[in-house]
Amino acid sequence: MAGYTENELAKDLADKEYQYGFISEIDSDVVPPGLNEQVIHLISAKKNEPAWLLDYRLKAFEVWKTMTEPEWAHVAYQKPDFQAISYYAAPKQTKKFESWDDVDPEMKETMAKLGISLEEQQRLTGVAVDFVMDSVSVGTSFKAKLAELGIIFCSFSEAVQEHPALVQQYLGTVVPITDNFYAALNSAVFSDGSFCYIPKGVRCPMELSTYFRINAGGTGQFERTLVIADESSYVSYLEGCTAPQRDENQLHAAVVELIALNNAEIKYSTVQNWYPGDKEGKGGVFNFVTKRGLCEAHAKISWTQVETGSAVTWKYPSCILKGDYSVGEFFSVAVTNNYQQADTGTKMIHLGKHTKSTIISKGISAGHSQNSYRGLVQIHKQADHARNFSQCDSLLMGSVSGAHTFPYIECKNASAQIEHEATTSKIGEDQLFYCQQRGISEEKAISLIVNGYCKEVLNQLPMEFAVEAQKLLSISLEGSVG
Amino acid sequence: MLKITDLHASINGTEILKGLSLEIKAGEIHAIMGPNGAGKSTLASVLAGKEDYEVTSGAITFEDQDLLEMSIEERAREGVFLAFQYPVEIPGVSNVNFLKTAINEIREHKGLPALSAKDFLRLVKEKSALVDLDASLASRAVNEGFSGGEKKRNEIFQMAMLEPKLAVLDETDSGLDIDALRIVASGVNTLKSKENATLVITHYQRLLDHIIPDFVHVLYDGKIVKTGGKELALELEEKGYDWIKSVE
Repeated sequence: MAGYTENELAKDLADKEYQYGFISEIDSDVVPPGLNEQVIHLISAKKNEPAWLLDYRLKAFEVWKTMTEPEWAHVAYQKPDFQAISYYAAPKQTKKFESWDDVDPEMKETMAKLGISLEEQQRLTGVAVDFVMDSVSVGTSFKAKLAELGIIFCSFSEAVQEHPALVQQYLGTVVPITDNFYAALNSAVFSDGSFCYIPKGVRCPMELSTYFRINAGGTGQFERTLVIADESSYVSYLEGCTAPQRDENQLHAAVVELIALNNAEIKYSTVQNWYPGDKEGKGGVFNFVTKRGLCEAHAKISWTQVETGSAVTWKYPSCILKGDYSVGEFFSVAVTNNYQQADTGTKMIHLGKHTKSTIISKGISAGHSQNSYRGLVQIHKQADHARNFSQCDSLLMGSVSGAHTFPYIECKNASAQIEHEATTSKIGEDQLFYCQQRGISEEKAISLIVNGYCKEVLNQLPMEFAVEAQKLLSISLEGSVG
Repeated sequence: MLKITDLHASINGTEILKGLSLEIKAGEIHAIMGPNGAGKSTLASVLAGKEDYEVTSGAITFEDQDLLEMSIEERAREGVFLAFQYPVEIPGVSNVNFLKTAINEIREHKGLPALSAKDFLRLVKEKSALVDLDASLASRAVNEGFSGGEKKRNEIFQMAMLEPKLAVLDETDSGLDIDALRIVASGVNTLKSKENATLVITHYQRLLDHIIPDFVHVLYDGKIVKTGGKELALELEEKGYDWIKSVE
């Protein structure tokens, strides 16, 4: 009889191989390992950067040298040797393509293995994709259409060349170089990333999407993303990530800054599927990311994330609700399996009056993994009538995984309204039995239950992304069941 | 349709069913009554294939197939339906999505194409009327926040949707007020046909006022100790289960 207990479920999950574990053989131009001023000069020179940006990098490097790695997160790992990392790798073929037919077939195949063909996306969904492979953008589509509306969507390097004033005005304004160890490191050595500017009153007509992918072995990826939504504009931005299978741990320390000016709205969605390490916990990506958005008056920023990958995740997409009546939202699904560790959550900093924030976090832990929610809700003295609602749910699979919740609330204004709910549950054998008794297979049953559990978050994703996220959840949790 | 022969089953090493035999033919309604701990719910669980129970000896054939060799979902797809005594809540999964998945899995098993959304919704409308289930319940998450009566009606609604050959109702009357009981019973009666069969497991006689059984069996200490017509249920109600114990 095809028995199915939670223990077997846990075992099945442990046996699941990473599905996107392949390595593309594309020649890379790699800077020798190590970090010093010379390397920073080299990166900046290779990218033909203006002097102010080199200064910015060098200042960040000075700050970084005085800092130590944070240890407060509920994760344990071998700290990376920062002198053993190569800080720049660009595909050798860096010329821009006239059309997608000119793109390296190998690169196209990589995209196909990601499950989303770019051509198909362009044709069927109208998604403009800025595909980043090892730090240098290889192509940006739909640019002309966006340009008509005055929307700038390009690689960060290109923005530095083409729109230096905008970059200089906003870079580091939300995440200063002194913010934390990894942000300082990123500010010193960031290689490339994405830049987006939506002009006043413009509603971006399509989802803007960037696919990140770490490719060359041993290179850390230091992405920099800057999204600026000018007054009364709207943009929905998608970020999807996968990384090929490698034995050594790869470091990823990105910085994302969002700026929503008066009445603007930014929706930022992430599906992260980096290599989580094998079932013994060997290998996998270290993901130490700083993501933060700033809301001016009546502005709104929504973070939605589906995190299934990485060996260690340290990530807190946050909102600074500076303007009155601004709104911050955080919707998160974090799945950990085998020996994965995730410490993720958000910070909602209420500065303005009548500011509102919502936090919905769903953690799923399987195998030997540890999954922590860490959230800060801070109501400042002048933030009259601020409101927050937080809901943190944890779902456990098997008996050796861990779920933890660390909510911090700091309230300095008596008119604030703060609600916090938290639940922990186990995926029930009773639920599985009930589904199976109705004729539903074990795999589909788990998929149903897990998707149901995550529904509030998945509903926030744009349609085509939600489908991918559901697939990802299914792959992560039921791939080899039965 | 169903033939149980000398069935022995235990849980955690304790034998609950101790040589139970029962035969159910198409078109029949059977009732199993018995005191607490007699093994009524164990029988339902063993028929559905719940893992916790170990069948130590005996046989069960269903439509000439060895039921014990089949997985839980295979049994369901072949037409065994269990109306749960305590229906489980599945947060975030709508009743409609749940049933659509179930129906299409069953149809795939039978080599039939998936039901179109239009046909499916028509079926939902038709069958939910049968148990007077509010249409809004169909779009709510499976059993989440349902009252006791709603949960039981939802079980019968699911049964109507899945059209099983053999429906096992495990204490479906428990926790129902008289109105809900009538609705549930009328649903079961409407679904009755020459092709299907129903096994009603109950502690009390009152459900059998509404669902008239062809046979009543008394289960005591893991065995069927007495079989009769519907009048046996009345006799039991009057004399209590102690009467059976003394008969034995």
